[in-house]
Amino acid sequence: MNTALRFLSTHWRELLQLTAEHVMLVAVSVAVAVAIGLPVGLWLTRRAALKRPVLAVAGILQTVPSLALFGFLIPLPFVGGIGARSAIVALVLYALLPVVRNTVTGVEGVDRNVREAAEALGMTDRQILRQVELPLAAPVILAGVRVAAIISVGVATIAAAIGAGGLGTYIFRGLRQNDNALTLAGAVPAALLALAVDWAIGLLETRLDARSRRSRESNARRTAFRRVAWASLALGLVLVVAFGLWRGARRADVVVCSKDFTEQVILGELLAQTLEARGLSVERRFELGGNLCHDALVAGEVDVYPEYTGTSLMAILKRPPSSDARAVYEQVKRDYAERFDVEVSPPLGFENTFAILVRGEDARRLNLRTVSDAVPYARAWRAGFGQDFKSRPDGYAGFARAYGLNFDSEPREMDLSLTYRALAERQVDLIAGNSTDGLISALDLTQLADDRRYFPPYEAVLLFRRDTLARHRAAREVFESLSGAITTEEMRRLNYEVDKNGRAPADVVREWRQQK
Amino acid sequence: MAAHANEETMVSFSGVGYRAPGAGETRAILSDFNLDVRRGETLVLLGESGCGKTTTLRLVNRMLVPTSGQVLVDGRDTRAWDKTALRRRTGYVIQEAGLFPHFTVERNVALVPALEGWEAGRVRARVAELLELVGLPPREFARRYPQELSGGQRQRVGVARALAADPPLLLMDEPFGALDPLTRAALQREFASLRERLSKTVIFVTHDVREALLLGTRVGLMHKGRLLLVETPEAFLRSDEPLARDYRETLRLPSHIAQATRDPSATEEAR
Repeated sequence: MNTALRFLSTHWRELLQLTAEHVMLVAVSVAVAVAIGLPVGLWLTRRAALKRPVLAVAGILQTVPSLALFGFLIPLPFVGGIGARSAIVALVLYALLPVVRNTVTGVEGVDRNVREAAEALGMTDRQILRQVELPLAAPVILAGVRVAAIISVGVATIAAAIGAGGLGTYIFRGLRQNDNALTLAGAVPAALLALAVDWAIGLLETRLDARSRRSRESNARRTAFRRVAWASLALGLVLVVAFGLWRGARRADVVVCSKDFTEQVILGELLAQTLEARGLSVERRFELGGNLCHDALVAGEVDVYPEYTGTSLMAILKRPPSSDARAVYEQVKRDYAERFDVEVSPPLGFENTFAILVRGEDARRLNLRTVSDAVPYARAWRAGFGQDFKSRPDGYAGFARAYGLNFDSEPREMDLSLTYRALAERQVDLIAGNSTDGLISALDLTQLADDRRYFPPYEAVLLFRRDTLARHRAAREVFESLSGAITTEEMRRLNYEVDKNGRAPADVVREWRQQK
Repeated sequence: MAAHANEETMVSFSGVGYRAPGAGETRAILSDFNLDVRRGETLVLLGESGCGKTTTLRLVNRMLVPTSGQVLVDGRDTRAWDKTALRRRTGYVIQEAGLFPHFTVERNVALVPALEGWEAGRVRARVAELLELVGLPPREFARRYPQELSGGQRQRVGVARALAADPPLLLMDEPFGALDPLTRAALQREFASLRERLSKTVIFVTHDVREALLLGTRVGLMHKGRLLLVETPEAFLRSDEPLARDYRETLRLPSHIAQATRDPSATEEAR
């Protein structure tokens, strides 16, 4: 309770802003989904043959995992990119199904006798739709909107992964920093928001229901309802337009992107502050999931992000692994220039490779120094890996083969940030973390040396779009000046400050820059 | 011949066939159907369910179009009529009324005049007049919703709605079918007297022979999509047609009860 109050007193401004972003995402998405879904639903009631296929497509859309959908959206012009626009497109796609389906169900649920009478009395199709079917189907349609809105509140938390903000920002940050309070600070308001939306639309529903069931409803009340409906539609449209203008108008000199783990945010912040010190305006697009930064860089949505040479070589360029750091760097530099018109900076001075980690006490008890030392014991161990390590070409499969490694059971796949805690709490016995992670010393974990040199070099570099470097002289100078600026030790310490001490990356970076 | 409509004929079926579209093949609902409905008469179509009575009604206001032959309304083929215009001058009453649940009684009755663009004062006066006519004082009923009415009251509103724009032709599809016997009898009586006052042409569909004989100036007996005979109620009761005889039989009380009603002592005993 105390922790919660302390958190609120220091973060209320940010919490309020994230909540506002969240509400905005949901409101705009649901408004657009209704604007599309309602006419489509009505149209389907007139085209019986199309009903099944269209509903099937809407259903399939809903089963696409949100992160995958975001990945598809980023390279698309107009609808895609990173930030709120893609998030809204994705949320609309998810919200369509309940709206369309309930519109169809609602209209088809109108008493056959009533429709028959309307037709026989000489109402035209339009009149039947507007005066009979729509008003009678309204409660069912509204129930669909209610479901759509609740789904949207939930899915919008994922939108933080593509830099759209919202309460998901806290959830992701909390998971990453192993900070339950922070995760709850995102999850609890999101849950409350879902309840509030549910309650508010439920209220509207009861009122609408009463209107069709109860007698002596005054005309004034009906008009008032209609006015509210029109007003909210108009408000939704104004928000969409205003938002579009706002996004269109805002474009900083340099847009800095980062992936969704602490070190990336720190590097992004370091780059941003250095650029700002040279008088450039910077927009921060931090904490993007998967390879979304790369997609956004190539699409021109962002100008620069920190990357690791090994990741570029294998995950992006799909080239075979190599253990020669110099050769890898040169290869990556050449390929990026040719294929993406992107320049690779000189190495920043540290490597973030996969760190094979075990509990410190196990390492001491069994005298483990290298991965090879651990192979005989692994038969009785369980392992847990992040999705990344499990799936990439230089990840688990090749690693296990190189060392002849076998575990007690198929390694568990979980969120990377959760593996550290799982190891410390003896849920698993071996994980693959990041060598610069501040949690390694914080949780008393031991890194086992890669004695067979399986992992390729992962030197930190900056990937900068050429056109941006050409446009801003100062950017080019910053780009050169960060060469060899940070050692592995320093990076671990910076990570530790954020992860363990819960400090803001911006403050940690500012302090470090002053010391330099 | 039916096709030669004269002033006395309101609706004329000549050689009408109707096949309903089904899965794969069509199904014959009406075959070789010939009938002239005279202006001002109440023609009752009697038959069991599935015999094509309702289809016959729906052919009149162009809810359906015949697959062969033609239906003339006022001497004009229904296909030549504008369907909205045709329907607005054809009143339609169905079982359970089909009232709009989100409209008050007043708005339900005012529907067709409002669609026709009557001005508000005239609509209101007409609604009041009609509600009085069907025995629902407007002061009490105009503002209610259909759910707050009994089945009989709803059916009266249905009749009022059908009469609202004063259509010369009225189609009634088992309008009293879902009512309890006492309410049904009351509405039948009221409708009979109402009909005396308003000179409408009515085509009335029922499976209740008692209702057919009570309300019809002529009764048409239908079976499996064909019209077996069209007779006045008196002639219908004397007909040799086997199906007409079967219907006549149903009017008779079971013999032991008939016995009891004639013999007061037996009635005492039964108690």
